[in-house]
Amino acid sequence: MSHDHDHTDPPADIELRVKALESVLAEKGLIDTGALDELIDIYENKIGPRNGARVVAKAWTDPDYKQRLLSDATAAIKELGFSGVQGEDMVVVENTPDVHNMIVCTLCSCYPWPTLGLPPAWFKSAPYRSRVVIDPRGVLKEFGISLSDEKEVRVWDSSAELRYLVLPERPAGTDGWHEDRLVDLVTRDSMIGVGFPKSSADLHQQAGA
Amino acid sequence: MNGIHDLGGMHGHGPINPPPVEPVFKHDWERRIFALFIGAFGGGHYNVDEFRHAIERMDPAHYLLGSYYEHWLHAIETLLLEKGVVTREELDRTMATLKGGH
Repeated sequence: MSHDHDHTDPPADIELRVKALESVLAEKGLIDTGALDELIDIYENKIGPRNGARVVAKAWTDPDYKQRLLSDATAAIKELGFSGVQGEDMVVVENTPDVHNMIVCTLCSCYPWPTLGLPPAWFKSAPYRSRVVIDPRGVLKEFGISLSDEKEVRVWDSSAELRYLVLPERPAGTDGWHEDRLVDLVTRDSMIGVGFPKSSADLHQQAGA
Repeated sequence: MNGIHDLGGMHGHGPINPPPVEPVFKHDWERRIFALFIGAFGGGHYNVDEFRHAIERMDPAHYLLGSYYEHWLHAIETLLLEKGVVTREELDRTMATLKGGH
């Protein structure tokens, strides 16, 4: 006898359930399959952490923009054109030599779509959501990061509408860099708070060879 | 509501194991569920709070064992059935037809 229900895998009929639902809704004229394909393409290929990286790089090079970003993130991000669903109410939290910020949604998967795209699977998973609020330093170690004991760690739990974005510290050795070049240093993980931006050396290594 | 979704501070969920790279969607059906969520939301059939609540009402064991987009499918089905937008019978009949077609 084989196992009829292996609960660690998606149920075998899930594909069929999705097709059935889509087909019933399409028959009733309640959804437009072509429009759905377009939506998928936008969220899979067009919106991603590159948007957030632009926000961060601008804040690193333009002190007035950074002020606006920290006082009214929603409006400041909108200036760059990255607003919309799941980015209606934004707060940007700034990393400093004394403070490291991390974001989570312990209740579900709230994430700033317009600036970071759709969240990675681990962000939505029970291990990250359960543990980051009680053991942030332990979680950071899993991402290969060890913070000094003196550094304060702040974990921001997204609520129903509010979405957070971390403004990481600008890497050393990038004085005088143009905004466009700085964008390449900003990683998705650095804007969630489970990573740091790349260093200028990382970038040379990538470009080198 | 402090249901099973309220995971903050809970012990025993194991390591995170973040992969270095991963696709936005792992399976094609995840893509379709994501789009269906926005499509039905855009059609005004539920709001985000109702959607979340439909996930929060899931059976706790099902919630913990189910994958992320499975939660979404469960919520979309639940809400559309409760609101009478689709019926169980329509879904079952269509599933049977699709199955027969293979």
